[in-house]
Amino acid sequence: MEGVDFCASMLSALRPEVQEWTAKAPDWLLPYTCPVTSSPARSAAIRQALSVSVATGLYGISFGALSVTAGLSVLQTQVLSLLMFTGGSQFAFIGVIGAGGGAASAIATSGLLGVRNGLYGIQLGPLLAYRGWKKVVAAHVTIDESTAVATAQKDHDVQRAGFWWAGLGVFVCWNALTFVGALAGNALGDPKAWGLDAAAAAAFLGLLWPRLASRSAQACAAFALVIACALVPFTPAGVPILCAAVAAIVVGMWESRRGPDANTPVEAT
Amino acid sequence: MSDTVLWLTIAGAVAVILGTKLLGAYLPERWFTSDRIAPIVSLVTVALLTGLVAVQTFEAGGRLVIDARAAALAVAAIALWRKAPFLLVVILAAATAAGLRYFGLG
Repeated sequence: MEGVDFCASMLSALRPEVQEWTAKAPDWLLPYTCPVTSSPARSAAIRQALSVSVATGLYGISFGALSVTAGLSVLQTQVLSLLMFTGGSQFAFIGVIGAGGGAASAIATSGLLGVRNGLYGIQLGPLLAYRGWKKVVAAHVTIDESTAVATAQKDHDVQRAGFWWAGLGVFVCWNALTFVGALAGNALGDPKAWGLDAAAAAAFLGLLWPRLASRSAQACAAFALVIACALVPFTPAGVPILCAAVAAIVVGMWESRRGPDANTPVEAT
Repeated sequence: MSDTVLWLTIAGAVAVILGTKLLGAYLPERWFTSDRIAPIVSLVTVALLTGLVAVQTFEAGGRLVIDARAAALAVAAIALWRKAPFLLVVILAAATAAGLRYFGLG
């Protein structure tokens, strides 16, 4: 969410057009948003959702470029963005593949990073009380960004509007810019000459940064760093990353023994 | 990894992620004491992302090394600390590593 303020300031320059658009576009969204009203809270939620979509979409460029340099085809890259559709897991998947890791490590690492999406679904509960395909679509767009925008609103209807605008908005931007990034990555040639391996490390750091607010998270990160580095010389690629998860279990158990940390963030990028 | 294996790996990972999202949407809330699970899940995310940062920065051919990527990560950390947007952080890191390598460093 680091880029949100930046993009909000960019979007505020376009505000009249955005407002006009938000007044028009909901026709096709009507079945799953509240009746179109021009309430300030709803406009604010939609504006926030659009800012988040643009900001998130922009790092879809880096995902696309890094994915093809990790050895995936443009089609494989696009399939990840369309069907996996959760940034952290996608970056993890290509990170393990790019490092020469096996299928099991890649699936386990991306799968573990995606567990929080399931918890978001539980947390959003009543908000997602749909049936049939709408429920499936809602589940698919239940990610960091849609959950963050929805839970930042007060009113139930406004929460729903925020959820759908952020979820579908991020889906469109993320996929479009993944494609752009994948084509660009293909055209670049030697990824190291462009520093793309370092860009991947920075991308992970950018995803990690907002989660380091609490003491327990910082302790967990320090421990995970030691575990991963210690295992690199002795284990196959992918294993050090997976074993770093042990740090979470150790710190989590230690934390539950001494009582919960007051400022553990559940908020995400 | 052959192309077929890579496709199968993608299919497996996609199935796990989609399954997780659908479980979250369909399983009744009372089955979970999510207050206890949520902190551990958030820590697992922190731990795995840290592991990815570590390997992506310090691993080369199965050994630990300090090269242009470490300098790039330091630049990225400063940029994040200064609240730079995500894309700028990534670009600054890439430019740092590319620049150092262009001059034969790291």
